[in-house]
Amino acid sequence: MASLHYYELMTETSLHSSINFHNLQELRHSASLANKVFIQRDYTDGTVCKFQTKFPSELDSRIERTLFEDTVKTLNNYYAEAEKIGGQSYLEGCLACLTVYLIFLCIETRYEKVLKKISRYIQEQNEKVYAPRGLLITDPIERGMRVIEISVYEDRGSSGSSSGSSTTSSSGR
Amino acid sequence: MSAVMIIRKPTRKWEKLPGKNTFCCDGRVMMARQKGVFYLTLFLIVGTCSLFFAFECPYLAVHLSPAIPVFAVLLFIFVMAMLLRTSFSDPGVLPRALPEEANFIEMEIEAANGNVLAGQRPPPRIKNVQINNQIVKLKYCYTCKIFRPPRASHCSICDNCVDRFDHHCPWVGNCVGKRNYRYFYLFTLSLSLLTIYIFAFNIVHVVLREYRSKKMFHVVSLTPHCTVLEVLVCFFTIWSVVGLTGFHTYLISLNQTTNEDIKGSWSGKNRVQNPYSHKNIIKNCCEVLCSPTFPSVLDRRGVMLEDSSSPTHSDASAASTHKSSNPVSQTTKSSAPLIPNEHTPDEAKPGIGAGTQKSTSSPKGEKPPSPTSPNAVAPAVIKESTH
Repeated sequence: MASLHYYELMTETSLHSSINFHNLQELRHSASLANKVFIQRDYTDGTVCKFQTKFPSELDSRIERTLFEDTVKTLNNYYAEAEKIGGQSYLEGCLACLTVYLIFLCIETRYEKVLKKISRYIQEQNEKVYAPRGLLITDPIERGMRVIEISVYEDRGSSGSSSGSSTTSSSGR
Repeated sequence: MSAVMIIRKPTRKWEKLPGKNTFCCDGRVMMARQKGVFYLTLFLIVGTCSLFFAFECPYLAVHLSPAIPVFAVLLFIFVMAMLLRTSFSDPGVLPRALPEEANFIEMEIEAANGNVLAGQRPPPRIKNVQINNQIVKLKYCYTCKIFRPPRASHCSICDNCVDRFDHHCPWVGNCVGKRNYRYFYLFTLSLSLLTIYIFAFNIVHVVLREYRSKKMFHVVSLTPHCTVLEVLVCFFTIWSVVGLTGFHTYLISLNQTTNEDIKGSWSGKNRVQNPYSHKNIIKNCCEVLCSPTFPSVLDRRGVMLEDSSSPTHSDASAASTHKSSNPVSQTTKSSAPLIPNEHTPDEAKPGIGAGTQKSTSSPKGEKPPSPTSPNAVAPAVIKESTH
């Protein structure tokens, strides 16, 4: 499962792909949620879905500014593509109207297609960029397209962590 | 040895959604609670059309043209489809803020307001944003714990914030918002056409019968009563529905919502001009009617994970669900009641606010101290994809 890779990367250990449930629990316990940062919407262009590219101070030590801005700008471009009013949206609208909107039972709307692309992109960004830095991006669709939620994790029990809660949680076995 | 497996029906997220909506068909249908007027609408439309098809159409098909009932049938199907689509779909409800987001916003507000002296009323929670070089105020919703996006408004009947809120229509039994406004408009437009059509052909029918038979009300005794009934219903409907269609056509050409029009948000000299209008009627109409269909952000059909009570979110349209990604612990029902359900101080309506409190917070009023740390890490691993 792709999501397991998040924790593999975060703990920076190399684990085999055939991870069983016990190891998963261990992974779960080795990283704890420290904070959540919310990137708000940018309404300067109206009600189109666009997020602020302002770099939050909480992420200052965790990720490079350019990487973060790239992610947000790419997401903004995806949303702009989804909401573009042009030939394709007219065609889709007219066709749907003629078929009394029953066509949406069979085909996917353009917005839904783009949302799938966005979800894949976020997953890929999480795996490659954010998880190695102990961060996790939540797809904005899960927050009502209001915010991009970035969860900040800290390694429990790692030498770099300043928090004193290094527990050996072997009770889960 | 045989083990008895108890198959539990999975709890879907619509069962736990706050707000005063009713859901049918396992979350596929979403309506307001009061549906009486909607049933009346259905009855009037179906009843009048049935009478038309039963009594007028045979005569008109024979004596004038068979295309008349065919076109009436198509129009009737279109009207019903638009009505059902408006009534059953998600108008664009904004989900309430989860506790972390609500806390984050609270902290931002406190930081912005600075120190408030004890006994002094805190300033109203308003955020100013600049949209197309106009300053627009975003209000804070105390129920949903979010700053409402521009053009969103909180419907007190459904107890939800709705994006691009137009109005709550009892005739369709649902709010009219971003996602179903075009269906609502097409419904009123097609209903106007249908009503005018039936009205016209009733008159034609009566005239033809008199002309052909030369006798008043001779042929079938029941028919004239139905005709009179239909004419009456259509006459009163025409006045209201055609007027409503005209009003909404006007709103669409200006890219305004009914809510904005009633509040006078963009009218008057000292007020802000409508920042959303393209200043071009065609462009405004295109944006409202031909923009891409937005998916619902309110996941209704996703399955709630029982152990951690953390749902998986997915964008679900009315009929189809696909994919889901990282779930998050949903504790909206038992979220800390930081401020009881009240609107902003300018529009305080304690009467409505008090009554809706019960649906949003559990009676205990306390949430577990750190609901997210065990949950947020664990469920993220589980990815459910519904096809």
